[in-house]
Amino acid sequence: MTRIVLAGPSRRTKVNADFTAEELTFQKDVKAFLESEFPSDIKHKVDNGIALEKDDYVRWQKILNNKGWAAPNWPVEYGGTGWTPTQKYIFAMEMGLYGAMEPVAFGMKMVAPVIYSFGSEEQKQRFLPDILASNVWWCQGYSEPNAGSDLASLKTTAVRDGDHYVVNGTKTWTTLGQHADWIFCLVRTDSTVKKQEGISFLLIDMKTPGITVSPIVLLDGEPEVNEVHFDDVRVPAENLIGEENKGWTYAKVLLTHERTNIAQVPNSKLRLRRLRKIASETADGFGGNLLDDPVFAGKLAEVEIQITALEFAELRTLAAVSVGKAPGPESSILKVVGTEASQFIDELYMEVAAYHSMPHVKDQFTEGFSGEHVGTGSLAASADKYFNHRKKSIYGGSNEVQKNIISKAVLGL
Amino acid sequence: MDFSYSEEQQMLQDSVQKFVASQYDFETRCKVLEKEGGYDKANWELFAELGWLTVPFREEDGGFSGSAVDLMVVMEEFGRGLVVEPFLATAVLAGGLISALGSDAQKSELLATIMEGKAQLATAYAEPDSRYNLASVKTTAVRQGEEFVLNGDKVVVLNAPNAAQIIVTARTSGESGDRDGISAFLVDSQAAGVTLRSYATVDGQQAAEVHLKDVKVTSANLLGEEGKALPALEQTIDQATVAICSEAVGAMDSLLSKTVEYAKTRKQFGVPIGTFQALQHRMAEMFIDCQLARSIVIMAAMKLDSNESAEQKAKAVSAAKSQVGRAIRKVGQEAVQIHGGIAVTDELDVGHYFKRVTAIEHQFGTTDYHTRRYARLA
Repeated sequence: MTRIVLAGPSRRTKVNADFTAEELTFQKDVKAFLESEFPSDIKHKVDNGIALEKDDYVRWQKILNNKGWAAPNWPVEYGGTGWTPTQKYIFAMEMGLYGAMEPVAFGMKMVAPVIYSFGSEEQKQRFLPDILASNVWWCQGYSEPNAGSDLASLKTTAVRDGDHYVVNGTKTWTTLGQHADWIFCLVRTDSTVKKQEGISFLLIDMKTPGITVSPIVLLDGEPEVNEVHFDDVRVPAENLIGEENKGWTYAKVLLTHERTNIAQVPNSKLRLRRLRKIASETADGFGGNLLDDPVFAGKLAEVEIQITALEFAELRTLAAVSVGKAPGPESSILKVVGTEASQFIDELYMEVAAYHSMPHVKDQFTEGFSGEHVGTGSLAASADKYFNHRKKSIYGGSNEVQKNIISKAVLGL
Repeated sequence: MDFSYSEEQQMLQDSVQKFVASQYDFETRCKVLEKEGGYDKANWELFAELGWLTVPFREEDGGFSGSAVDLMVVMEEFGRGLVVEPFLATAVLAGGLISALGSDAQKSELLATIMEGKAQLATAYAEPDSRYNLASVKTTAVRQGEEFVLNGDKVVVLNAPNAAQIIVTARTSGESGDRDGISAFLVDSQAAGVTLRSYATVDGQQAAEVHLKDVKVTSANLLGEEGKALPALEQTIDQATVAICSEAVGAMDSLLSKTVEYAKTRKQFGVPIGTFQALQHRMAEMFIDCQLARSIVIMAAMKLDSNESAEQKAKAVSAAKSQVGRAIRKVGQEAVQIHGGIAVTDELDVGHYFKRVTAIEHQFGTTDYHTRRYARLA
């Protein structure tokens, strides 16, 4: 299927998207691994829309880690796989299509790259192995109630006091804050300079006195995110990453990593495949099924086409990365289109569900529920998903911010 | 041509507006949702006292008017305040069907109790395989002497957990999809063989899957002529469709004004986000959508009150639901997006308006369903 052949002195430009024999073998190995090692109880939950628990993520990541596949994007010296970009792509695609969860991003994709790129040797030794093995869970302390799209205006302060920093302020939208052992924070260490230049990157143990976590319930009724309050929290100065007041630079590197697989192509493909099957089994009320409805079938086709375009946009980005270019502002395209396509799929699920989009029946999507199941499969969760997933075009730099990046950095406006 | 409200309509609007403004703020509504039955019984009594429960009914049935425009006035204000009391289920849907089908005896008994605020009712018409086709009825009612025996399953029956009686559509003859052979029965929700899987809906209403297993009713429970219920059901659902479109118009107005207000006060990059032209144009588009929705709903309500054919009325209703559905998706999503993260939380009212209008979008037929229905009606 997909292989990027790069133009170069030893190779004439020949555009193709086929895998080599070795890559096909690799793909087979990944498939076989998933089929034999992805725990069947977790697979059952994923396939039936049953809520996953922390232990499910930990268990699966430990299996990946034992295989040496937990962190494909890390450098080999810290536990990475040393795969080519095409192998990484194959791995992510097969994982997504199988419904196997990616490791939780906050440790693996967000803080780890900052630690191995800018941390001290001691910090690397101390933190990276526990991230790989999912022994320690991380959460992100970036946004604040008054610093959202304008992240650099953050106000949480860290004041040096001997060999400690004293941290005060409030972070918000902290996903998994209730489960996390550590938080990585952007804090203000100098308020006299330009706002981007007075920010530092600090690692904080969530058990430190003075930290309180208050849940924020989202539209689907779940306390998925939190506010984290810091009240005179004393943090050892050794937990500072790199240099003081260089945090913004480090954070930008992190954002680049966060955007790998931000397009969510494998997940969208899986959801579309399931949706097509459900639609083919759903009566249209007029004696046929939903795929007989040309309007619905047309919308399904449109989004499939968009996902295909997105997939190849992602591959082109990947090809650029493989010749050593950092993913540039073009990755904003992946964020915007990937999240919007994913949200559109949510809308189609609701349309298939029809009246069954309305029930709010969280209980039936928890392990061990034995009452009457409302609606086919997870259709009765479709509206709750739609509401929850509106966050996708808001988080990770809202889609408006992405368009600002394209306007300024790409178009030069 | 005059689109201004009559004196009575103005009074009705003032009265509902005053209630929402003074007694139904967001915090109060959250408490109402926690109450037994998911609504406030004192509010329901107040609705009866103020005469609002008479609005869907004709004068000859003891009601206020039965005018779709009057109903629109009430529903729009309910939408503005996200009122959750089961007005639609009890007065518009069940009341509408009884009014259209009931015998004089049934009407004098049941409509009076609705208008006095003493009844909670539900209407069970949708089925697992019916989607939005009202003629797709697989539930059966088999006559046995003076009785009918009902068997079948109904889905997402609004207000069923609160209802003493549920109006159930069932097939007394023919095949699913036939226009003939559908009958409506009043079924006691406590009757043997009736089971409910109750739940709250995403927008805070109460509903249930209703299962009927060998449920026996007498012919006195039949509403209207045997096998002839479909036209009345269609007409009632059309009335209710315009009612929820009006509700959406009110709710979208709230979404727009809250979004504009937020854009004026929320500062990022040192300035209110409302100063960004990229956002200004999007709010201008929300305004355009709100105005088009309002306009087409007035058209549909006036059409329902006119002497036009049933087909022309149905076409107007589908036009309204189609246009309003598109507006809901755009206005709802933009309101959330422009607010940002705060709008995907449970604590801000904006998300709750978004949930309500989204539920409206999927009730009585989606945008695509109504666009198709419109195209089919000549």
